[in-house]
Amino acid sequence: MKCRKCGASATIELRRHNAAFCVDDYLEFFRNQVREAIRKHRMFTRDERVLVAVSGGKDSLALWDVLIDDGYDTTGLYLDLGIFDYSVESKAKCEAFAARRGARLLVSRVADEVGGPVPVIKQVTRRPPCSGCGLSKRYLMNRVALDHGLPVVATGHNLDDEAATLFGSVMHWRTEALPRQSPALASTHPKLVRRVKPLYRLSERETAAYAFLRRIDYIVEECPFAAGATSIAHKEVLNRMEDASPGAKHNFLFGFLDKARAAFERLEDVTLQECARCGQVTTSTVCAFCKLADQVKRAAGSGAPAPDR
Amino acid sequence: MKVVLRNPRREVEVAGNRRVKEVLRELDILPETVLVIRGDDLVTADQLLRDDDVIELRPVMSGGSASRSTPGVRGEPAKELA
Repeated sequence: MKCRKCGASATIELRRHNAAFCVDDYLEFFRNQVREAIRKHRMFTRDERVLVAVSGGKDSLALWDVLIDDGYDTTGLYLDLGIFDYSVESKAKCEAFAARRGARLLVSRVADEVGGPVPVIKQVTRRPPCSGCGLSKRYLMNRVALDHGLPVVATGHNLDDEAATLFGSVMHWRTEALPRQSPALASTHPKLVRRVKPLYRLSERETAAYAFLRRIDYIVEECPFAAGATSIAHKEVLNRMEDASPGAKHNFLFGFLDKARAAFERLEDVTLQECARCGQVTTSTVCAFCKLADQVKRAAGSGAPAPDR
Repeated sequence: MKVVLRNPRREVEVAGNRRVKEVLRELDILPETVLVIRGDDLVTADQLLRDDDVIELRPVMSGGSASRSTPGVRGEPAKELA
């Protein structure tokens, strides 16, 4: 197999693009996809400071790597979820990456903010662990960005993540979720920062290949709570479709973004206000994060939750 | 030929002198879901693997979520930090 650009021996084949690339041309292809995402959705400029949410996984570290190389003013944010050895290792990967690239890394502990780490949240809420975890991360990313005066948060969501989320929303016709599925969400309130996903044009395999070829030391192990998660099942279904018809995931997501999303956006009617407790943005009197923290702290007071480890 | 699999880490022996895509098919692994690594390089599906090769099939899937988004506050029910 030969590189489409230079004719040298290829290192990776991309069936959905009917192309193969050598190492150098693949890395350039990858960076160009990120640049196109940033340009098309006006995600941020070189004059803005960008908070990059990093988990120690391939996607977020690949994203941070591209943004640093392209001269953006970035700060990393690692949210310590307190998920046993997985969090210890993933934090170490982020710290090592930041040190190697001379980049600034902020660390925030979910346990400090919510009153318990994700394993305790899981036990207290009796809901899937990703539920309280995702809620806490969304809240803390926004608040940390506001606290540090950063106008935008970039996350490492890739094409597979986005297609799987869309698939889940459509499977259950969660029409209220559809307008909010976008590569870039503008700030709609002074206390909500812009949220962008510069990797949405790139598949999971493509970000893994970039991280591997750039010798980025990322955590390969999955989160121990991810097993059995609905989104993983959706990704598996989509990958079977992709295998039968290369480009299926891309067509599904991009067709929605280009042709369908606007129709659902017109239906959205949401009034935002500030939480009576913490002042962050919510649709209710008290935000979901404060309710979760109350629940965890009440349980801790009654001695119910298990310890961190 | 030795094949290293991850999550959990384990090793299996399969017959070599075949192309990557044939080995993946035997192991029932979709090409879209793994990086095929030999030493410091990635190998494409058409490449021939020798009997004395050691390859790693590194899964690329990550994340997890069973949550629905918080109404009104632009969450999405996917992993947050990839």
